[in-house]
Amino acid sequence: MQFSSYAKTLAAALSLAVVAGCSSGGGTQDGDQQNGGMNSGSSTQGMSSSSGATGQNSGQQAQMPSENRVYFDFDSDSIRPQYESMLNQHAQYLQRNSSTNIVLEGHTDPRGTREYNLGLGERRANAVRQYLTIQGVPASQIEVVSYGEERRAASGNSDQAYSQDRRVVIDY
Amino acid sequence: MKKLMALAGFMMLMMASLMAQAAGDLTIEITRGNDNAIPIAVVPFRGDGVSPSEDIGKIIADDLEHSGQFAPLASQDLISRPASGDNINYGDWRRVRANYLVVGRVEASGNGYKISYELHDVAGQRRELGEVVTSSDDQLRSRAHYIADQIFEEITGIRGAFQTRIAYVTANGVDPNISYALYVADQDGHRPQQILSSDQPILSPAWSPDGQKLAYVSFESGRPAIYVQQLSSGRRVQLTSFKGINGAPAWSPDGRKLAMSLSKDGNPEIYVMDVASRSLKQLTNSSSINTEPDWSADGRSILFTSDRSGQPQLYQMDASGSNAKRMTFTGNYNAGGLYGPDNKFIFMTTRTDRGFQVAKQDLSSGRVTILTNTYQDEAPAVAPNGTMVIYATQQGARGVLGAVSADGRASFVIPSPNGEVREPSWSPFLN
Repeated sequence: MQFSSYAKTLAAALSLAVVAGCSSGGGTQDGDQQNGGMNSGSSTQGMSSSSGATGQNSGQQAQMPSENRVYFDFDSDSIRPQYESMLNQHAQYLQRNSSTNIVLEGHTDPRGTREYNLGLGERRANAVRQYLTIQGVPASQIEVVSYGEERRAASGNSDQAYSQDRRVVIDY
Repeated sequence: MKKLMALAGFMMLMMASLMAQAAGDLTIEITRGNDNAIPIAVVPFRGDGVSPSEDIGKIIADDLEHSGQFAPLASQDLISRPASGDNINYGDWRRVRANYLVVGRVEASGNGYKISYELHDVAGQRRELGEVVTSSDDQLRSRAHYIADQIFEEITGIRGAFQTRIAYVTANGVDPNISYALYVADQDGHRPQQILSSDQPILSPAWSPDGQKLAYVSFESGRPAIYVQQLSSGRRVQLTSFKGINGAPAWSPDGRKLAMSLSKDGNPEIYVMDVASRSLKQLTNSSSINTEPDWSADGRSILFTSDRSGQPQLYQMDASGSNAKRMTFTGNYNAGGLYGPDNKFIFMTTRTDRGFQVAKQDLSSGRVTILTNTYQDEAPAVAPNGTMVIYATQQGARGVLGAVSADGRASFVIPSPNGEVREPSWSPFLN
């Protein structure tokens, strides 16, 4: 399972040169709903990022990508094509700001056991880490922390709430 | 006047805190009774010149009822209120179909109380048990649980577990402002004591075999780490803080080792740590998630969850890590497994077409029985006498605890007074 997801990530990475920046279709219904929810998440992110990057960015790329959440299908750790351009922007930013570190927070929806979900959340965060390192981001700039289902993004038990929960948050 | 106001203010503060404490108690509600439960009459214990702060007879009746094996008579069916064996008319109790009768009384004794109780077999027309126990005022609930244990064992032949305790985790609020807490309470949800609070997740509490310590996972440092906390003193040590997942602590039956799941070298694998020396031994090695270890009572085997087949299933291996074999074949999701105390059954969280339920699997026949009937039931914890299972479920959209008798006949819900309640863990016998 790990290997297949790695292969998928690799394949996705290799195909990036072709599709970079123009992957618009292909998103599931879940994904489309999630795009609407992203702004609220990234606005809090903007606040923490400005403090974290202070004093390190002068003269370097100042534009940190505003979107910072990757959403996943149920029981899946494969990165949907729609997130590739966003992740590429993060990769570029991190490569140009080599003293900037990120934490990739892996999350799951609340179904299933908490400890197993810690594993699933980590698998998702590792998939994003792998993607970024293939893009050239040094692994030393990336830390992975899985929260499993412990920090839900949404409340309630609807499929829509679950789709908000299944995410990796890129935390600067 | 000012003094009086201050006193009134103080009293109100006291009352508010007392009420808050009572509101924190979890109370058990019956959702499905057992048709074959044994009818038993528990007459309210008479206070002889005293009014103790607890209703002994009610605590005993509730314990027996919540075991799923007894059906205490409603108070209107208690045709008389004897306080000792001298005044019992067995024919009366036979007419109201009570198989057993419990009577008792409470008297002053020194600074505390003297509690006398008797258990009578109605059909046999004889006294089965009689004992006098002493108690201070704050021991009354414990004493009532002790008496319930004696009655339960006398009738069923099974050691009672009413003097045991449970640990659980609460969560309040919405991300990113969630407050988490770890509690220990009596098995009936009363007398909760907070032993840890944090604005970061807490999960997987596990009782040490001597009942003195809890191991758990806390994210308070910003990363998951395993801690061991002494319950009496509150003192604790951080046992692990490896890179990645530090999860699922489980004590060996001798209390010297903790099995756990660590992802320090890649994916989550099962390790065993010697608690005294902190030396680690890796037991699993696969490119999958391996977590939720549990030791068999004899310490020879470890049950764990692995998705090496592509889906989470339960596996059993020798405590040395060798001879891993798959144990579950029904359904595509079986996780969070634990051995029942007699090693005849394993209990687990299973996925069916109706969501997640708690199930048990007969270890000799492989037969699986679904024990619960709601949609998000998980994380079973089994009483040390094997008769009851407590688990995490949902009421509305709120996480609460549920309980079911291990035979599946009687079920209960334990509503949460505020916030989410989950991650139950049942103590070993404490007496």
